[in-house]
Amino acid sequence: MSATPTTEAPPVDGPVPRRPATRRRLVPYWLLLPGIVWLLVFFALPMVYQASTSVQTGSLEQGFQVTWHFRTYWDAFQEYWPQFVRSLLYAGTATLLCLLLGYPLAYLIAFKAGRWRNLLLVLVIAPFFTSFLIRTLAWKTILADDSLVVDALGALHVLDVTSWLGWTEGDRVLATPMAVVCGLTYNFLPFMILPLYTSLERIDTRLHEAAQDLYASPATTFRKVTFPLSMPGVVSGTLLTFIPASGDYVNAELLGSTDTKMVGNVIQSQFLRVLDYPTAAALSFILMAIVLFMVTVYIRKAGTEDLV
Amino acid sequence: MTDTTTGGDVRLTGISKTYGSFTAVHPLDLTVPQGSFFALLGASGCGKTTTLRMIAGLEDPSTGSVFLGDTDVTDLPPYKRPVNTVFQSYALFPHMDISENIAFGLRRRGIKSVKKQVDDMLELVQLGDKATHKPHQLSGGQQQRVAVARALINHPQVLLLDEPLGALDLKLRRQMQLELKRIQTEVGITFVHVTHDQEEAMTMADQVAVMNGGRVEQLGAPADLYENPRTTFVANFLGTSNLIEADVLDTGADVLVTAGGGRLRVPADRCPSAVRKGGKLLVGVRPEKISLAHADDAGEIGADRNRVTGRIADSSFIGVSTQYVVNSPAGAELQVYEQNVERRAGLLPGTEVVLHWNPAHTFGLDADQDIDAGVETVEDSL
Repeated sequence: MSATPTTEAPPVDGPVPRRPATRRRLVPYWLLLPGIVWLLVFFALPMVYQASTSVQTGSLEQGFQVTWHFRTYWDAFQEYWPQFVRSLLYAGTATLLCLLLGYPLAYLIAFKAGRWRNLLLVLVIAPFFTSFLIRTLAWKTILADDSLVVDALGALHVLDVTSWLGWTEGDRVLATPMAVVCGLTYNFLPFMILPLYTSLERIDTRLHEAAQDLYASPATTFRKVTFPLSMPGVVSGTLLTFIPASGDYVNAELLGSTDTKMVGNVIQSQFLRVLDYPTAAALSFILMAIVLFMVTVYIRKAGTEDLV
Repeated sequence: MTDTTTGGDVRLTGISKTYGSFTAVHPLDLTVPQGSFFALLGASGCGKTTTLRMIAGLEDPSTGSVFLGDTDVTDLPPYKRPVNTVFQSYALFPHMDISENIAFGLRRRGIKSVKKQVDDMLELVQLGDKATHKPHQLSGGQQQRVAVARALINHPQVLLLDEPLGALDLKLRRQMQLELKRIQTEVGITFVHVTHDQEEAMTMADQVAVMNGGRVEQLGAPADLYENPRTTFVANFLGTSNLIEADVLDTGADVLVTAGGGRLRVPADRCPSAVRKGGKLLVGVRPEKISLAHADDAGEIGADRNRVTGRIADSSFIGVSTQYVVNSPAGAELQVYEQNVERRAGLLPGTEVVLHWNPAHTFGLDADQDIDAGVETVEDSL
């Protein structure tokens, strides 16, 4: 039944089919073109422009000139390193919290949700239907003094502990580091859950059965099989959370105080209020370099090349 | 082969599994003797895999108990049972190399120095040079052997094999059948093998349980099942049978029946005990037991042989034998396999022939059954 004879003629050599073949070879490049143009105009050119801005000197009145003034980088870093440290600390904490909150949820959706799976996934991305700003402003209400949440945390003496740790101040949560980290965690949680879900969902549940058949308890199965196999999701989830969180300024702006300024806030104010463009540009590049370095080390350490 | 001790028997008592209103396995009693190679044979959906998974602990039985030796393991989770499984999909851990895969079970039981045992296992399955490869770098047959090694290294009381050869092509499958049989003989562990391939079950197993619709239809040694099927399902599922509807004329040492105008004799001890004069009987005979004679040579057939006249509808030459399909008043499409010891001319489609065989090779089945139960359709056999 599989012995249907092939009646198609073999491909003919000669000049006739050559032209379509060349065209076919070019197709991928044509498909790439719109993306490349887009990146050139909206990514590469602004980067070059910013890079040049960062080594300019001058003032708004007299105009800026490229003077290869690299000292701006050092000065900017020296002046704003606490904000850098704060950014990385807040972003790192928020990423860790996202992972701790997101992993169980992604696991539940991938393996235990059954017919509720799609509904739960919709709920995960539902916040995106509302503006980022509005949601962050809502957190202002949630964490406001004498709000239900803050009163409850106070009554449970949680605030005593967090204040002792320096995360909150007295019975205030708003305008403290904890408020900023809460906002970051909330806003970036879906970016953690979705990649985690995708990589967990791909795991063949028969591997769980095999592990249990081979004397691994459910906990060991998770440690030795499920978690290692979900590493691609952990890596991309943490990157998708950490990178934007470290450059974020909205949460610190709306939920924080002057003591919780992150580097994003500094860049924003240098660009838009102080109008010191070189410093702002230099800060942007320093942040980018730090994040790139950390991400590279992280990916090396996580060693996911084999798994992705 | 069978060990004299009974400490390692697998005993299922009244075990069943229902999913909602669907009964996958009807209450079942089964004993697999220690050290035997036991096959659960049946078409897909017959409950054989569910039965296996209940032994492994991957499925909770709705009723009944599972015993390993004298220990009731029904309530033990899979990771506490001295039983290992070779999965149909192999389920090798993709993030570990071959030796880590094989060492997995030993490490979980806290055994630190596994190198020697892993090496021995790799040797046994002839994959010594693949220790540091990842599963996806191996071929299907090699992955299958890793799956066997990963299970066997734990010296389980019972090794469960869930259609482990299903994904392999025919030639490799035959080779692996022999290899698994060799390994089983070498290690002496009880193997419970689930398969839908009757040839596989018969070549490998000491004991075969034929399952159908969540029940064991018949249990026995392969040759016994083949020669003495008790149901039409077993007769048709294991090899091919010619089943002829017949009326019982007389009972005695031989049961005398009539079908399509001819008379046939069936040994009474190969008939169901309920056979009565004037009743119905399904008369069965295997295709290879039948000889073909040209209608003109009918006189040369011994008088003591069962005979059925017919006309050849089709013949196909398949090397060692020729398979004929004969239409007869007694039954349509009777199968005859004749060894090609000598090429015989003249047995072409359309030829009038006489089918004859030794009455001792005839068996009788209860006529109240579906005569086509267990007949493999074309899609099934592919």
